[in-house]
Amino acid sequence: MSFFTIVEQYQDFDFTGFFDRVTDAEVARSLSREKLSAMDFLTLLSPRAAGHLEQMAQRAHRLTLQHFGRTVQMFMPLYISNYCTNGCAYCGFNHKNPILRRTLTLAEIEAEARAMAATGMRHVLFLTGEAPRVTPMAYLVEAARCLKRYFASVAIELYPLSVDEYRQLAEAGVDSMTLFQETYDQEVYRRVHLAGRKRDYHWRLDAPERAARAGLRGVNLGALLGLAEPRRDLFHTGLHARYLERTFLDTEVAISLPRFNEAECGDFRPDYTVNDKTFVQFMTALRIFLPRAGMTVSTRESAEFRDRILPLGATRYSAASSTGVGGYAHKPAEQTPQFEITDTRSVEEVAAAITAHGYQPVYKDWDAIA
Amino acid sequence: MHNDALLLGGRTFTNRLFTGTGKFGANAQIPKMLAASGSQMITVALRRVDASAGTENILEFIPPGVTLLPNTSGARTAEQAVRIARIAREAGCGDFIKIEVITDMQYLMPDNWETLRATEILAKEGFVVLPYVLPDLPLARRLEDAGAAAVMPLGAPIGSNRGLETRPLIQMLIEHCRVPVVVDAGIGRPSQAAAAMEMGADAVLVNTAIATARDPEAMGRAFDLAVRAGRAAYLAEMAEQSVTARASSPLTGFLDD
Repeated sequence: MSFFTIVEQYQDFDFTGFFDRVTDAEVARSLSREKLSAMDFLTLLSPRAAGHLEQMAQRAHRLTLQHFGRTVQMFMPLYISNYCTNGCAYCGFNHKNPILRRTLTLAEIEAEARAMAATGMRHVLFLTGEAPRVTPMAYLVEAARCLKRYFASVAIELYPLSVDEYRQLAEAGVDSMTLFQETYDQEVYRRVHLAGRKRDYHWRLDAPERAARAGLRGVNLGALLGLAEPRRDLFHTGLHARYLERTFLDTEVAISLPRFNEAECGDFRPDYTVNDKTFVQFMTALRIFLPRAGMTVSTRESAEFRDRILPLGATRYSAASSTGVGGYAHKPAEQTPQFEITDTRSVEEVAAAITAHGYQPVYKDWDAIA
Repeated sequence: MHNDALLLGGRTFTNRLFTGTGKFGANAQIPKMLAASGSQMITVALRRVDASAGTENILEFIPPGVTLLPNTSGARTAEQAVRIARIAREAGCGDFIKIEVITDMQYLMPDNWETLRATEILAKEGFVVLPYVLPDLPLARRLEDAGAAAVMPLGAPIGSNRGLETRPLIQMLIEHCRVPVVVDAGIGRPSQAAAAMEMGADAVLVNTAIATARDPEAMGRAFDLAVRAGRAAYLAEMAEQSVTARASSPLTGFLDD
């Protein structure tokens, strides 16, 4: 069994027709159910449900408060390499982009780790492009071991790995992984992933499952909203999360809602945009469908918007992010980031804003105990 | 009520409301809540404790005089729980330990089997072991035999605020356990805490309902009152409940004539 079976079930589903037929009464009914079915979830994602946004927000707020309290887990990303063999039409690290490529040495990783840890941050997420020859397993394992000396929790956002490779990283101290499917729409997926291993939709789709099987405690999913029809992608993201929750009872599942910034992506123009209102609808629908799922909001979102959505379901915030390679120990020369960040505040500033809203920024909520 | 103290792990507790440190909007609310509720024991997840103290350390918000009950949240096996307990002791958190072994992230049900194994090991090492379990009488017996200082059955899933859904099962523990029974998890409102105490629980542990209230301090006070009321009612030996009104002796009254 793979989540692909479920993707196939909805292959020919008439989403447009479904959305056209949703009534206000159906939205109200789905919203009042204790446990939502897949169709209830889809109902809450419909344009019709936008008229019920305040009620959705109220319920999402209560659920978030109940399961996560007034706390936000803080983490910091570290890019250790931007070499990439993939040709993703929307990405700054596309192998065709003539950008300065760098891979941090272990000594450089250590210097970055020291600078990051000095901010009080105890959870780190380290990232690479997909270039196994430049960043092979042996290097990733060493990077993980190095970071583990400075952080309580080490997470990865790398190219999809095998069960055995995930296991090696788990043994080196990695406890969770993030991997975005980008889009669940196979046709669009083919169109925007033009080169490299990433063209293999299926291999990527099953990666979170392989990671869970290898013993990583947390998996974080996401679709890059805007590539394909966003309601459909979000629906699949939710189903993917629920599939993983049910298949791996001991795995903590989290979801990100990355969307295109208007200013970014060079020549690439996404076919869809997700405005703030729809974003909030997505976030609250997800929270109601999956009350326990973590929800990660990155610095792609603006400071003002991040502060506002705090009570609606968000549970994890990155801060002071650099999306170029390194960037914490020494500011590198002009670099192309993977994507543009919008919230450029320091860790203290983000923490102060969270506190001002009556929430507690949590720096440490994990210990690896072998 | 003066002699109604709870003895647990060699300590005397005059307040039967145990509290927790999770989910607060600010750690500074914790000492205020403790003062308002009078709670004398508070649990803290060791995973949240940051000894490196680049940021604030949650332990600094727990006043001296309040017994620290570190918990093994995050453990998925007995071995992990044992390691966390030892780390807690080495970190100066004392000998009390709440064993929490959870292998299911959806309902957060305690794994009774792993919890029993951890209890067996830690009790031998001299810990005051408070295992968090699904209420199950045969298991409770084994926990007692293994040296548990109390048993902590859940009323409902953690954070669910659904109250005493496992009431009949907890009742069995209260009737038959030799060690104190502390109802932990699921208590969402003071009336439910009072109900647990009325039925004879020795104490209750409440976190989510207090920490996520609009005013945690006032809610701590409310829970204190409820726990005292429930305890007083239990000690006063309440009259039995009945669904119908009872005339004095409708069937046998004639015998006195």
